[in-house]
Amino acid sequence: MTRLGRMAWGLVLWEILCGLALTLRYFFKPKATINYPYEKNPTSPRFKGEHALRRYPNGEERCIACKLCEAVCPAQAITIEAAPRDDGSRRTTRYDIDMTKCIYCGLCEEACPVDAIVEGPNFEFATETREELLYNKAKLLDNGDRWEPELAKRLELDAPYR
Amino acid sequence: MSVFLQSNLGIAILTLLESLAIIVPLLLGVAYLTWFERKVMGAIQLRKGPNVVGPFGLWQPFADAIKMLFKETIFPAGADKVLFTIAPMITFGLAVVAWAVIPVNDHWAVANINVGILYLFAISSLGVYGIIIAGWASNSKYAFLGALRSAAQMVSYEVSMGFVIVTVLICVGSLNLNDIVLAQRHIWFAIPLLPLFVIFFISGLAETNRAPFDLAEGETEIVAGFFVEYSAMTFALFFLGEYANMILISAMTTTLFLGGWLSPIPFAPFTLIPGVFWFLLKILVCLFVFVWVRATLPRFRYDQIMSLGWKVFLPISLVWLVLTAGFLEIFGMLPHA
Repeated sequence: MTRLGRMAWGLVLWEILCGLALTLRYFFKPKATINYPYEKNPTSPRFKGEHALRRYPNGEERCIACKLCEAVCPAQAITIEAAPRDDGSRRTTRYDIDMTKCIYCGLCEEACPVDAIVEGPNFEFATETREELLYNKAKLLDNGDRWEPELAKRLELDAPYR
Repeated sequence: MSVFLQSNLGIAILTLLESLAIIVPLLLGVAYLTWFERKVMGAIQLRKGPNVVGPFGLWQPFADAIKMLFKETIFPAGADKVLFTIAPMITFGLAVVAWAVIPVNDHWAVANINVGILYLFAISSLGVYGIIIAGWASNSKYAFLGALRSAAQMVSYEVSMGFVIVTVLICVGSLNLNDIVLAQRHIWFAIPLLPLFVIFFISGLAETNRAPFDLAEGETEIVAGFFVEYSAMTFALFFLGEYANMILISAMTTTLFLGGWLSPIPFAPFTLIPGVFWFLLKILVCLFVFVWVRATLPRFRYDQIMSLGWKVFLPISLVWLVLTAGFLEIFGMLPHA
């Protein structure tokens, strides 16, 4: 097209009208917004959220204090102290995770031989003070009790790929 | 009662009430225009827009207003305090004052004066003062650059807008806005004067510093342009002024080209609906286009804005003015003033 022809064509505003038509089509499309906190995105079974310590169905805690998670943790967020219990089994006396150090890499749950420490689906654990993010054993076991149904389901769904 | 209404005090009170009847709905309209804009832009960008404060986010404008009221007005070092405070008042005041002559229904205008369109044009030209003063008084380079850009832009588009208005005046033979609307009883001027209608609307976008001509604000280049240094209520006044100007330009477009309060469907059930309804509906459509354009087009480059104004709009409107005048003269359709 000649320069003059292009100019004349520009005066019709055709391209702009095409753009307006496009945005008008988008105006009537369904919206992509998710109405958080009333609606939430689905999460993968591999989602790495808040940590939890699991128990066996009979109520016995799974952790055997092997300290593999403590060793593998790249951020050195995990601190474990262990001692033999009265019945002679080896258990942790202290299991702390500093959630402000944790990088949510998931290596602790990879390392765990008994599926005791896992990262759950929960990502809404913001707190008002820093101290509340220094989790101890009681808090982690409590998380495990609260999320157990979902944790078991996630492990089962992910099992074929491990 | 009628004696009282004709006394000086009566006229003063009546005028005051009439002004309030315009200003209060106008302010509400401005408040809800911000909500409307956010909703429409949100929808176009596949978002929901404000939906938390009240049903459908309807209380959002009030939440924003309260926030603005409680913030602190900061005067930058070296700013001229008097001018700095006056500038937003000028901008907002002018946007409201212009409404005096707009007829919202047959003879429903605060002042039904014979030079209504001239008055409108004069007031909308004065708008640049608020911006220039704000840019100058802020003692900030961004604000000053924004003010200069805006001044140049408004002056350029005023010219072609003037020619468009003159063309309409030739077709009507009167400067009275009421007469201009009544002259469109048979056909809206938007149809025979379509190119001028488009030019007028686009110039209106430039005149109100709206996207794609919002170079005066240009947040990606000069932060926020002429009102960078403003905060709290002074900022809110600029904001209100901009939106009131949008409504004003929509009202002007409606009056000049879209048949004002006249019903778009000229027979029984529709002509019975009060004209105010049609007037507001047409303004709403114009405002929707304003927002729609903003959500569609990226900002123009400065030289593009200037060449569009001077090399495209000005020649076209000038030629169209001569053509229209010639056409009316040859076919003996010139109205008798």
